[in-house]
Amino acid sequence: MYSGAPVAGRTRAARGTDPVTEPRVIRALLIATALLFLGLFLALPLVAVFAQALSKGVGVYVAALSDPDAQAAIRLTLTVAVIAVPLNLVFGVCASWAIAKFEFRGKALLTTLIDLPFSVSPVISGLLYVLLFGAQGWFGPWLDAHGIQIVFAVPGIVLATVFVTFPFVARELIPLMQAQGSDEEEAARVLGASGWQIFRRVTLPNVKWGLLYGVILCNARAMGEFGAVSVVSGHIRGRTDTMPLHVEALYNDYNMAAAFAVASLLAMLALVTLALKLIAERRVAAELAAARDARALPATQS
Amino acid sequence: MTTLTFRKPSALPGFGITFGITLACLSLVVLIPLASAFVKTATLSWDQFVAATTSARVLASYRLTFFAALVGALVNAVFGFLVAWVLVRYTFPFKRIVDAAVDLPFALPTAVAGIALAAVYASNGWIGGLLAPFGIRIAYTPLGVFVALTFIGLPFVVRTVQPVLEDFEREQEEAAACLGASRWRVFARVVLPAVTPALLTGFALAFARALGEYGSVIFIAGNVPMKSEITSLVIVTKLEQYDYAGATAVAVVMLVASFAILLLVNTLQWRLQRRTRRNLRTVPAAVAAPDGARP
Repeated sequence: MYSGAPVAGRTRAARGTDPVTEPRVIRALLIATALLFLGLFLALPLVAVFAQALSKGVGVYVAALSDPDAQAAIRLTLTVAVIAVPLNLVFGVCASWAIAKFEFRGKALLTTLIDLPFSVSPVISGLLYVLLFGAQGWFGPWLDAHGIQIVFAVPGIVLATVFVTFPFVARELIPLMQAQGSDEEEAARVLGASGWQIFRRVTLPNVKWGLLYGVILCNARAMGEFGAVSVVSGHIRGRTDTMPLHVEALYNDYNMAAAFAVASLLAMLALVTLALKLIAERRVAAELAAARDARALPATQS
Repeated sequence: MTTLTFRKPSALPGFGITFGITLACLSLVVLIPLASAFVKTATLSWDQFVAATTSARVLASYRLTFFAALVGALVNAVFGFLVAWVLVRYTFPFKRIVDAAVDLPFALPTAVAGIALAAVYASNGWIGGLLAPFGIRIAYTPLGVFVALTFIGLPFVVRTVQPVLEDFEREQEEAAACLGASRWRVFARVVLPAVTPALLTGFALAFARALGEYGSVIFIAGNVPMKSEITSLVIVTKLEQYDYAGATAVAVVMLVASFAILLLVNTLQWRLQRRTRRNLRTVPAAVAAPDGARP
């Protein structure tokens, strides 16, 4: 996706005669400065997580991860992701079908509203649910009377996670489906396919990598969310602490090795996310390019 | 508004159900909760609202959050541009890995970033230890807030500038060079103006993200009221003291600020897209339009 300069430019640059590149020394200096910046802000902190996690030896590392509270935190994080990600997937597919395949009034507004959670501070996202479902909230007294606890319990954590991950799948799918147009879907319709068949057999194969891309990012955020979840969680160890909250609890206890051990799991999740993202990104670019070629040369469309 | 004028007729089925689900989810998850914040604030009198949002401690937190976010976004504008430039124009070993690594702040949970940055920049850490002999302390001071916000905003500028640089036609640079412009002059007068809208968009996105950031900051900031306490933390503190109305009032101020920035970013991106389209029309062979920011 991000290829370098054209080959011709590169070879001319190598001979040092290219009028549109910089002298070799300046190039080396710029590369070194960029790498130094990335090293200071990205690489060192990442390495520090693993170094700190293993600073007291492998035994402490394993003990920290097999601690019952850590296990409960891992289970809760997985549970939250298992609920929040599919919800997001269903919403994202519905939203992108309505927005990309149809023309209606207020479409731009709807798209902006879907993106809104990205511009809300995570802490405020959590606060919103406390206002709605907390003891002093709108539904607080009713929930209390019926013995249902949402805030400071698992449902609140799920809701806050759904809020912060809300736009992920939709914002990946909408541009992709818009670029692909709806000619193939209309052809399928004329041939008698039902709506679900059209989606399953025509649309889904065209957008599957875009969909996966959105799901990967959504999952990373769902498992790693801190601010929003921190506000709605009751911070009860072993019960309402997700992995990031467990990291905070251990850190505040000055139990550094254990905190970094749990953090290292989340860092590994981030690395896996980046790797999958790289693969999906290339496939999405291919999907987009295919859509563009098909539209540019209708004759070759089968 | 009847259905007919509301949407153009289409051969495809499923508009009603997908639009309905979209609107229902949006209302339940986003719009009603957001409205509740404004309704809650309306229970305060104007004087109470002003008192809650302009007390000395809250004002100090605005100042710190605003300036740390601003400086962080500026640093990202400069170095993000440099990183994008280096990734697009030059070749060097492990370039693909470096390119992928730029997205790390999007993928790494903020709490992990926070404790990792605190460990590196504390006075016994790898970098903090180097600076400590000179009397420079980063972690647990306002400088720490700046470091965390720079980390958080890092990918925005790179990812908005990169596609524009890739699409930039180098013939324009060659033409300027043939006309006798120095390399620096070509950069300043030909390349930079073309990239400026993307640079501004990236800067605004990084700034907006930094304003609301919480997880990565609180571990490295020290969180001393009036000195190193960010606005998000003020909200959490008020909540912990059961001052729901006060917390919500400060939250509404932040919400309005971030919506204003969102509006600005959308306007910028709209201009950016228009400009790219114009270029595409003149040179049909040019590559795709940039897909814009991808936070």
